[in-house]
Amino acid sequence: MTHYLLTVHGPAEMDEFGSYGSKEEMEEAFAATGAFNDKLHADGYWVFAGGLQSASTATVVDGQGETPVMTDGPYLETKEVIGGFWVIDAPDLDVALRLAAEGSKACRGKVEVRPFDGLA
Amino acid sequence: MQGGTATVERVFREEYGRLIASLVRRFGDIDIAEEAAGEALVAALEKWPESGVPPNPGGWLTVTAGNRAIDRIRREKQRDAKHQAAFMYHDDTPHERTGPVEDDRLRLLFTCCHPALAPEARIALTLRLLGGLTVAEIAQAFLVPEITMAQRVTRAKKKIAAAKVPYRVPEAADLAERLGGVLAVLFLVFNEGYLTTGDGDPVRAELTGEAIRLTRVLRQLLPEEPEVAGLLGLLLLTDARREARVRNGQLVPLGEQDRAGWDRRLIAEGHGLVRECLAANRPGRYQILAAINAVHTDAPTASDTDWSQVVALYDQLTRLDPSPIVALNRAVAVAELDGPKVALTLVDRLPLTGYHAWHVARADMLRRLGRTAEAKESYDAAIAATQNTAERAYLSRKRGELV
Repeated sequence: MTHYLLTVHGPAEMDEFGSYGSKEEMEEAFAATGAFNDKLHADGYWVFAGGLQSASTATVVDGQGETPVMTDGPYLETKEVIGGFWVIDAPDLDVALRLAAEGSKACRGKVEVRPFDGLA
Repeated sequence: MQGGTATVERVFREEYGRLIASLVRRFGDIDIAEEAAGEALVAALEKWPESGVPPNPGGWLTVTAGNRAIDRIRREKQRDAKHQAAFMYHDDTPHERTGPVEDDRLRLLFTCCHPALAPEARIALTLRLLGGLTVAEIAQAFLVPEITMAQRVTRAKKKIAAAKVPYRVPEAADLAERLGGVLAVLFLVFNEGYLTTGDGDPVRAELTGEAIRLTRVLRQLLPEEPEVAGLLGLLLLTDARREARVRNGQLVPLGEQDRAGWDRRLIAEGHGLVRECLAANRPGRYQILAAINAVHTDAPTASDTDWSQVVALYDQLTRLDPSPIVALNRAVAVAELDGPKVALTLVDRLPLTGYHAWHVARADMLRRLGRTAEAKESYDAAIAATQNTAERAYLSRKRGELV
């Protein structure tokens, strides 16, 4: 089994309904994502998952010097940022891609699939 | 001489895809498989010239390469956990010409053409691992520096290993879609050989030949898939005209080719495949293209061509694939059936100004309509849009004939 990180990419700018067009759309996406999460648990692929606050809430810390330097905002200023992620444990890339497609449909965003080089 | 270097290299090339595929299955790692295959070649070059080619050279290579791989894994076992893990895949399945070993090649073909790999990497990996072409040969065929091609291949192999792209024939539900990707790679390899992009040799028979060989393998492995039969038919009926297609360094269009120079054996085989597809009655893109080529190769002279059937087949293809490229090819057939005026209106609508074949089609139609000045401009645009020496030579002649 291999661990894969599934990241959901969405717009950096969010309004009151997140990256969704309306309250209904947001609620539908949440419900579908919840159902997808339940399926990951039931089928044994689930490791961990979470949604993130908007990128503007991020702080970058550089602790390589003598005293850490804090910078407000995300590391990269881009139009698209990671909005949430799953960590799954799947037998191969075909399974991971199939799950990513289901997750993408559920949460209504593009999903990047990337294998872990190991898990601590 | 029976076991000379040339013989060893020919046998090695023929057996390469089979050899690599079975090693990948056993050891679960493409790099280990390639190195072991290379060592087996060295051993064969030492041994065969003296002892002669063994009765089952593929089996000999597989056993030798397998032993070399095991030796290497044992040596490196302590310091490399990955190889230790790979060692667990070891099995002693004997080399056979049919059955599971054939499936190994099919598995590897689907791995090489996996949709998670970049399209250019799929072509390169397929030619490298299943065709046995060297990275230098592939780089030359696709006119990229060898280092670029080496990086492309290395990167793709790394992704296969790290992201765990499976060595597996997709399940029935995904097979049609994934098979489409494999057929597209084989068709692209063939096309690159049949009308080479760059300004080197206008035709590269090693690429057309390799595409046909791999399609034949696929056909043996998936005899029930009409699109595989369709692609093989298409490639054979196209390749049958290869010799007649270039004369004195100039491309000769279908209508002007010396049909006596066509390969009758390939045409007969291609027609057989098309008949088989018709009987299966599950039409698809490659089957329709094969049928169009069957109509062309059925006509004793160009003027005997049944253009209404060609147009009808393009209509069928348009329903499956309403792309401008299909519309352009259809328009070329319409020019023969309804005249260049009707066809030109169709061509002018297409958003293909960057595509050399669009300029070629337009130039020909304008020439036939006597619109000489515009035809000249179109020939110039067509010449500027292609690097293929034979095509440029042909287009320059046609332009020069305009007064």
